[in-house]
Amino acid sequence: MTDTAAKPGQTEVWITGIGLATSLGEGLDANWAALQEKRINVDEKGFAPYIVHPLMPVTFDSQIPKKGDQRQMEAWQRIGVYAAGLALDSAGIKGNKDILSKIDMVVAAGGGERDLNVDTGVLTAEAKGANAPGFLNERLMSDLRPTLFLAQLSNLLAGNIAIVNGLGGTSRTFMGEEVAGADAARIALSRIASGESDIALVGGSHNGERKDLMVLYEFGDFNLKDKFAPVWARKDHAGFALGSAGAFLVLESKAHAEARGAKPYAKLSSVVTDLARRKQSGDMEATLEKLWAKLPKREGKGAIISGATGAEPATSEERGFLKGHADVPVRATGTMFGHTMETQFPLGLALAALSISRGALFPPNDSTGTEIEMQGAPTQIVVVGAGHWRGEGMALVEAVK
Amino acid sequence: MTAPRDKLGRPVVVVTGMGIMTSLGNGKADNWAKLVAGESGIRTITRFPVDGLRTTMAGTVDFVSVDPFSSTGLSERMAELVTEEALAQAGIGAKADFPGPLFLAVAPVEVEWPQRRELGRAVGAQDFTYDDLLRISGGGKYSAYHHRFMFGSVAAHLAETFGTKGSPISLSTACASGATSIQLGVEAIRRGETDAALCVATDGTVNPEALVRFSLLSALSTQNDPPQAASRPFSKNRDGFVMAEGAGALVLESYEAAVARGAKILGVIAGCGELTDSFHRTRSSPDGKPIIGCMNKTLADAGMTPDQIDHINAHGTATPENDKMEYNTTSAVFGDLISKIPVTSNKSMVGHTISAAGAVEAIFSLLTLEHQRIPPTINYDNPDPTILFDVVGNKARDARVTAVMSNSFGFGGQNASLILTREPA
Repeated sequence: MTDTAAKPGQTEVWITGIGLATSLGEGLDANWAALQEKRINVDEKGFAPYIVHPLMPVTFDSQIPKKGDQRQMEAWQRIGVYAAGLALDSAGIKGNKDILSKIDMVVAAGGGERDLNVDTGVLTAEAKGANAPGFLNERLMSDLRPTLFLAQLSNLLAGNIAIVNGLGGTSRTFMGEEVAGADAARIALSRIASGESDIALVGGSHNGERKDLMVLYEFGDFNLKDKFAPVWARKDHAGFALGSAGAFLVLESKAHAEARGAKPYAKLSSVVTDLARRKQSGDMEATLEKLWAKLPKREGKGAIISGATGAEPATSEERGFLKGHADVPVRATGTMFGHTMETQFPLGLALAALSISRGALFPPNDSTGTEIEMQGAPTQIVVVGAGHWRGEGMALVEAVK
Repeated sequence: MTAPRDKLGRPVVVVTGMGIMTSLGNGKADNWAKLVAGESGIRTITRFPVDGLRTTMAGTVDFVSVDPFSSTGLSERMAELVTEEALAQAGIGAKADFPGPLFLAVAPVEVEWPQRRELGRAVGAQDFTYDDLLRISGGGKYSAYHHRFMFGSVAAHLAETFGTKGSPISLSTACASGATSIQLGVEAIRRGETDAALCVATDGTVNPEALVRFSLLSALSTQNDPPQAASRPFSKNRDGFVMAEGAGALVLESYEAAVARGAKILGVIAGCGELTDSFHRTRSSPDGKPIIGCMNKTLADAGMTPDQIDHINAHGTATPENDKMEYNTTSAVFGDLISKIPVTSNKSMVGHTISAAGAVEAIFSLLTLEHQRIPPTINYDNPDPTILFDVVGNKARDARVTAVMSNSFGFGGQNASLILTREPA
């Protein structure tokens, strides 16, 4: 197990910026309001029988002023660059060259969308008998947009954030589905806690409105079909509904934040991650329990924000883990935001910090009774992120005393 | 006895095991012998038809079999083999029980053409839409493809096979990925989170679409005949890089832990540095400041000055822009010293192993330190008169080498440098 918990003598790490662009809206107020109203934005028709949580349209110009930059990106990158810009705004460092020239980035990313017309064109031509040895080569050479590759490369989300905002510290892109988002936070936290870094931009983005991704997940029968239901109510109709979202956080050492007069939303106390073998029933549940025990002691008013996907058997394993902590109110972000893959964990961190800063956990949105009401202000929120296939992560977000 | 901590009070990080595979062959012995002999691993591609491609050669690894074949499968198999070699040399932990985390540099993963074509055929019609592909993807027939094409699949496989601890990290910083995997391992040991780390980098992505993608960006050499002469770093007639496959694995340990268990120390990762260039997606800032800053950061991290570096293992891709920019920036950092520092580019022989290059070249740098012999930059018969490096041209050179700087620069403004030494400073 690898873990990052603030050790004695290590600096506190604050969350001083949050940027959200989701299916519920852009910015903290819009997302918070939608959560209060238990609003869910699903499209059951556009990709039928599959269900997606589409991005609430945003005006990209406000965070990506150059049209040329926007054209160089596909949707997943535009969403991410947009949310990253909101996070920098929220931390009050947008345009601050001194800070941006040294800010470190750890981004969790998948890959970019393919050109479905090109793919379908090649396959149908082959079905009609095109079988010359160089057929595929020739079609790709003539049909692929030359710069599409750059819109697909995983590390070009970070690259575009750097270009649009002028970032000049380190830049690392982690891949590996859901747990990549947790590991990104873990590494950024440990680098700041140990003094290797003062300030970091951490997060990810996902475009769920993509049929090429649906094919990949359909191979494993993971897509939610036909009828939407809250994550906890999908046991007999399992699957995830892909969601579009960008979620970024600015993490900062307490000293660095105080020196520039920045206020924290919350502090990030610990991030722990692991890779359960998931060979037998109970493996993943046991790993979640181990991670729970690794987090610093919790005595305050607690809650859990879960990134449960709705896919099985992972969601049932997580439900088993949660049963052992039934007194702690839980919220599943997958119900409201869909499954945003690499972005789900940063989204959970963002909502935890937001809940702590607003003095309330958002209300339950569930028909099974798994999510219970919470009275009063949460001071400690555990974010849980268990991948639909592999990888487990957990974090503790706390109120700054 | 050397101090277990560096000048900045952090644990010294040493290398105790290395494994390597390139188009030249499998393992350190074979690779090193061919590298110093100036052999090229670049050949005409036979894995798939090359009709209609502008570039028809690459440094493919054709001696490893993977069934069913996929680029991700080949990347995984190569990573497994180099890790076995590194672990055998390090003699660390027990079988399937490596006492530390895994940092894996791996190419971004996606469903590949053979699988896509299989789907296309399975639709069973002459005319269909993408929705038809989607409709037949489920039901469990292709579940193995879900598992294969998860971004985390290679790392999960390695973590289970070798028993690394915790969540394995899959990373991409484009052509700097291999260096970043080492940097992440170094940082984890310096922070005291672990005594050992397994850093692996692999790339098996010579496939039609990957070649087309780089071709469309005009990044590849088109000097197809003879293929061995295509990769021409620092030459006047260089015209692009040559795609290649390969993998490298390094076992990193704290000096203290390595000494305590009596391990043979192969070298030291004395410094790592990284600096993002926000100028352009594929081009470096014309003033070279980010690359200069990256090298300076690395020197500072190692607590060293330019005069202590006596060899540079260049990124040296042989693209017109990279080599010129690399010379301008390196000479800005090293000043007058630059004419006296032998520089070489392994890519002249093994091509550009993309995600693996940083680790492959770090290993070649460590072998250079071990053998006190610098491998040549082949195809160097028409030097670029504006690049005034002391290029180790065409023939290996014996030299006293105590500290090597290895540089990696990638798309997306990724710059990373490493300084490797024989002994702790």
